[in-house]
Amino acid sequence: MATMSYLDAIARAMWDEMERDSSVFLLGEDIGRYGGAFKATRGFLDHFGEDRVIDTVLSEAAIIGAATGAAVVGMRPVAEMQFADFVTCGFNQLVTNTAKIHYRWGIPVPLVVRLPAGGYIHGGPYHSASPEGWFFHVPGLKIVAPSTPADANGLMRAAIRDDNPVLFLEYKYLYRRIKGEVPEEPAVTPIGKGKIVREGTDLAVISYGTTVHFCLEAADQLAQEDGIETLVLDLRSLVPLDEGLILQAARHTGKVLIVHEDNLTGGIGAEVAALIGEKAFVSLDAPVRRLGALDAPVPFAPPLEQFALPDTEKIREALRSLYRF
Amino acid sequence: MTTKTTAPPLQSGTSEPLRERMRELYRYMRLTRECDTAILRLYRQGKMVGGAYTGKGNEATAVGSAFALAADDYLLPMHRDLGAHLVKGQSLRNIFLQQLGRDESLTRGRDGTGHYADPATRIYGNVSHLAAMIPFGVGIALACRLRREAAVVMNYIGDGGSNVGDFHEGLNMAAVMKLPFILIIQNNQFAYSTPLSKQLAAKNFSDRAIGYGIPGFTVDGTDVMAVYETCVSAVERARGGGGPTLIECVTMRMHGHSASDDGSYVPPALLEEWEKKDPVETFEKRLLAEGMLTKNDIQELERRIHSEIDEAISYAEARPYPSGEQAAEGVFAP
Repeated sequence: MATMSYLDAIARAMWDEMERDSSVFLLGEDIGRYGGAFKATRGFLDHFGEDRVIDTVLSEAAIIGAATGAAVVGMRPVAEMQFADFVTCGFNQLVTNTAKIHYRWGIPVPLVVRLPAGGYIHGGPYHSASPEGWFFHVPGLKIVAPSTPADANGLMRAAIRDDNPVLFLEYKYLYRRIKGEVPEEPAVTPIGKGKIVREGTDLAVISYGTTVHFCLEAADQLAQEDGIETLVLDLRSLVPLDEGLILQAARHTGKVLIVHEDNLTGGIGAEVAALIGEKAFVSLDAPVRRLGALDAPVPFAPPLEQFALPDTEKIREALRSLYRF
Repeated sequence: MTTKTTAPPLQSGTSEPLRERMRELYRYMRLTRECDTAILRLYRQGKMVGGAYTGKGNEATAVGSAFALAADDYLLPMHRDLGAHLVKGQSLRNIFLQQLGRDESLTRGRDGTGHYADPATRIYGNVSHLAAMIPFGVGIALACRLRREAAVVMNYIGDGGSNVGDFHEGLNMAAVMKLPFILIIQNNQFAYSTPLSKQLAAKNFSDRAIGYGIPGFTVDGTDVMAVYETCVSAVERARGGGGPTLIECVTMRMHGHSASDDGSYVPPALLEEWEKKDPVETFEKRLLAEGMLTKNDIQELERRIHSEIDEAISYAEARPYPSGEQAAEGVFAP
């Protein structure tokens, strides 16, 4: 085991996969000489050369479109969006081209799109996006959203090896804030598998990405202050969802809160709640609750951002209220 | 960096290899015309679902351009480029299986018309958001560069589609990276019902090449030899590391946008004027005049083409549709 940051864990996975497979290459804005806006690809250019670490023009549609074309003829590109927000400029490529190719043509599209996502960094309306809801509805795109260095590392390896387009949500808030153990030997985290990161019998909270950490804090506080034991399920993958584990958590506790940083309406939580309602209704002791960001753009000023996004306190109070139901 | 507004001079068919190429170009244009006619007939007979798009007026552009490609080159055609599909080696059976949405078609009925991909012939068909294929094609050209393959990518767009942002992003990326990418703009005067005057303020679409720092040409798109020769030089340049070329082929869409569009917004006088420049008929006349073909040759060719088309249609019609539940398969690769 090696201890490393979330950001380094992503970089390590890309590095190893590039060493392992010569068809893997990187493309994006400022990723080569500059090493990327967040330095995820620092040192890559010198080691792998300009062919495999490509500084592109500032054109998200061209980056995703070109990556898709290269993938269809057998390459394994990893395309970086400088911020997840800018993927909207490549939305047409992902939805019209990338997502539909395997269905129409039967040809694999082994493409990873890296999406530095999320708020809590005072990025304002254009550098704080949680893009998962936009793509969750589109058949043909896998979506992963790791919360730990180990999973960021393992899911990046899995995403690069996957024969489908994978949207890789990586959380800017976590890049350097958290460190964790990452196996020395390359370990793949399977796409589509969630993980119970805290056991509990009274309540279940289901989340992914940055808010998993807030959920864990809230669960610890509830255990200390109220003696309530909360199960925490980290989804890790959003497409496909780990239906079995979601239902298991719901049946085990009977009371479920879903938390995500993305705004509430039409988010992942709605789908998870519907799934539980349809398939675990008889096990429920309370309505499934959801906590997400305000249905508003992510605002800039710290008090506004704090009000808009879920945090440990809001999660703890939502859990308390659910417990009392 | 210059934009030529005239076609390169025509070579007269003196050498036998060139004469043979010209006969082949004619054969493909005639085959395209007859095939399009057959597709329209199937549509009107109610044997086809969805829309029917023909390339009448566009045969010289589609055939002449694709004829400049080698077997390993990539073709990314549009919906009026049946001729390019045929030149690149697509079978008539596959064409009609696609048109009819059969299970045995290249898309297994998931998509229609030319929206298929066929790695065997290196044809990657269009999506309806036509310009979206430009960055995609640039990516194939990038893959060729990374793998040290000598292949080039030929991609097509229309006068309408050239105004979508993907055109700019894709062509600029190809130019900056000096990729082996050729973009043909088929300027056929109308984007659905919208005339050229409402699509473009510049004199020529090829003028845009200057802005990307690449060679641009405007060619008579009804003259198959002019198109072919311009594309041969573009392919050579791309293969030699000289980067992309933008080629505008000026022609006329002689039918409506699709079979459901009567095209009544097109002034009849304009159609009459372009009818005189019909790419298939004018080339036929030339080959007859130069003694490269006889009337008998043409009759024999037409007989053979009709029998090939009839065979392909009979074959495709006899194949089943996919079963409904197959709709749930293949969203993801295993």
